[in-house]
Amino acid sequence: MTSLAWLIPIALFLGALGLGGFIWALKSGQYEDLDGAAWRALEDDPPEKPQAGV
Amino acid sequence: MARTIAADALGVEFKNAQPEAASSPENIRAPSASRTITLAVEDMHCGGCMRKVETALLGVPGVAAARANLSARRATVIFDRGAGVGAVAPLVDALDKAGFKAAELAPETVDNEKNNPARPLLARLAVAGFAAANIMLLSVSVWSGKGGGAGDPTHALFHWLSAVIALPVVAYAGQPFFSSAWGVLKRGRVNMDVPISLAIWLSAIMSLYQTFRGTDQVYFDACVTLLFFLLIGRYLDQRVRVKARGAAENLIGLQSRWAHVIAQDGTVERLPSRLVEPGMRIAVAAGERFPADGVIASGTTTVDESLITGETTPRTAAVDAVVYAGSVNLGGPVEMEARAAESDTLLAQIGRLMATAEQARGRYVRLADRAARFYAPMVHSLALASFIGWMIAGAGWEHSLTIAIAVLIITCPCALALAVPAVQVAASARLFDKGILLKAPDGLERLAETDVAVFDKTGTLTAGIPSLANGDTIDDATLKAASALAAASRHPYAQAVAQAAKARFGAVSAAGGVEEKPGFGLRWATDGGEERLGSAAWCGLDDAQASSASLWYTRPGAAPVAFRFEDKLREDAAVTVDALTRAGYRVELLSGDRIEAVASAASAAHIADWRAGLKPDEKIARLDKLKAEGHRVLMVGDGLNDAPALAAAHASASPSSAADISQTASDAVFQGAKLSPVVELLATAKKARRMSFQNFAIAFGYNIVFVPLAIAGFVNPLVAAIAMSTSSILVTLNAVRLRTAKLEIKA
Repeated sequence: MTSLAWLIPIALFLGALGLGGFIWALKSGQYEDLDGAAWRALEDDPPEKPQAGV
Repeated sequence: MARTIAADALGVEFKNAQPEAASSPENIRAPSASRTITLAVEDMHCGGCMRKVETALLGVPGVAAARANLSARRATVIFDRGAGVGAVAPLVDALDKAGFKAAELAPETVDNEKNNPARPLLARLAVAGFAAANIMLLSVSVWSGKGGGAGDPTHALFHWLSAVIALPVVAYAGQPFFSSAWGVLKRGRVNMDVPISLAIWLSAIMSLYQTFRGTDQVYFDACVTLLFFLLIGRYLDQRVRVKARGAAENLIGLQSRWAHVIAQDGTVERLPSRLVEPGMRIAVAAGERFPADGVIASGTTTVDESLITGETTPRTAAVDAVVYAGSVNLGGPVEMEARAAESDTLLAQIGRLMATAEQARGRYVRLADRAARFYAPMVHSLALASFIGWMIAGAGWEHSLTIAIAVLIITCPCALALAVPAVQVAASARLFDKGILLKAPDGLERLAETDVAVFDKTGTLTAGIPSLANGDTIDDATLKAASALAAASRHPYAQAVAQAAKARFGAVSAAGGVEEKPGFGLRWATDGGEERLGSAAWCGLDDAQASSASLWYTRPGAAPVAFRFEDKLREDAAVTVDALTRAGYRVELLSGDRIEAVASAASAAHIADWRAGLKPDEKIARLDKLKAEGHRVLMVGDGLNDAPALAAAHASASPSSAADISQTASDAVFQGAKLSPVVELLATAKKARRMSFQNFAIAFGYNIVFVPLAIAGFVNPLVAAIAMSTSSILVTLNAVRLRTAKLEIKA
């Protein structure tokens, strides 16, 4: 019984953490371009903006 | 450091550009709408392309951030705060230099993308999945517990925990079903969402009551798992629609044309053609398409109207002649005055015809809805009957209601909800791989029902480009000389001559100093005299010869040479028609073109049944006649004049070279120079239909086994949940087969 009192909240908390992470990722638009994200992982640097006036 | 700043700006700005429901839209829309531009980018296929696009866009002055979206084939550009609005042209030019065709998307289209209905659905799906997993964990513990029974405190604790998780989740994740059910109930009708909502709420409330009382049966797990599977189905369905719509908007955006509008002070401004208003004066260069309906204000030219009327012979247009959007200016540069807003323009007439035609199709009921219409009342009466039956048998209201809920849950159509969307996703992915874009969500179902295929001629059965027909009778020297003149012109006949010469000699060089008189022909002053290439009148020939050929070539001291042209069939037109005929399709050709042209195309394509010289409303009349005879018609066409017929037909498809309005009216758009995608489209549609029925069979088969058990009171929540999951997984696996299956078309 005492172990359950710990384990169940922990299990729920970890699950909720995962859920929260997913919804955060969803809201920040990380699921908008799954094909592109796969490629971006292989890139060294994102393209830089040339300095103004150069 | 510049990189970090750019990335930061991007993050912040993108967040601003996507208004959340909670924040006030006025605050955000105004500034972000003025600085953010979304472009559709064609041919962006890999990480390298994505990077090239971003680099090219960042190189444009005034651009603060650029981000390409590979899945959507779009790029979003954010301008510096100080930079002006509407600087789309330099962006398009920059991408053009990098090798990508791009076009601005209409802002209202992009707003749709932001309010993507699949996104909140995915969040609800995640919440339901979380709850389902956790409650299942607790329930399995309860059910595997060694007879803990109702009195056991752990048992009660687990039920209470389940209740605490389930109730808010049901209230949040079930909203799409509840609002849909409430919507139809208010109108006094029933759809599949009604038994779903009823089962979910009844089971949740009943379980809560039983948790209070401490009985050993609760339904929280079944209730939440049901919701989870139903949301998967709903999400898949929504995703096909969103993706198809986005791709279609890109396609239409990329083909939207520019208009060079001449202002009062004589300056020329480049505007997207959708922004043209009546009264504007527009400069149209040779080879360009007219951006709007209107009249020629100055200059004389020839106009290729094949896209609109299906007539392949170009028409001469002088001042005050009417020209239509979509036709090509073949001669010299002209100015036109737009008249598009008047209600009697061709576009407006076609629009009205399309609206009437589409209303008729709007009444089409989707396969899943038809199944639901018959299924929902059955489920309700079955559950009610079980309740009454057990009450009569003296089981008490609580036990009877529990059994009724079990019946509702068992019959609840998770597999049924997944059956059609899963097949749709697999089918549209398969078609997408083969260069066919499925636009209408119910297009597959309508395509599968067709038994007559009606083709348009110009641009559909044929390539829409004339080619030299009598090349064999023309000797090398003449062809070479004529092609030197022809290479200087953009007229399709002249281009065809140049093409023929290119095929024979390898390369063609244009003669210097060739003069073109729009509507007549070309001339070139040589030492030996003047050479001419053009109409019979232009070459000084008499009327008898005028109609016998399309183009004449004359030079001093030689007999005039005639050039004849034909619009060649797509290379696999005959094969495609044969395949359709073998499959039991009746194939017809309806064209607005001249009789001779249509007759020869029909015989070459093996089509026995053809009609020529038809106007848009006559095409519709023919389709209506076929419909009255009990046929379901597939219309394949590309011209502006086909648009109403495409909308009126039971199902429709058009090549990607078609007019915007035709693509809008079509269920599917296919790419490439071949006609065979039509066969693939029909084969996939028919297979998808068969698979949907198989899936219904799986779903019903499972009901036949489990419903009697539920009515008899043998189904506990665990069994219900497992049975439900199994049938859903079976249905999904069945649909996945469609992606790789080898298909043959059968009527």
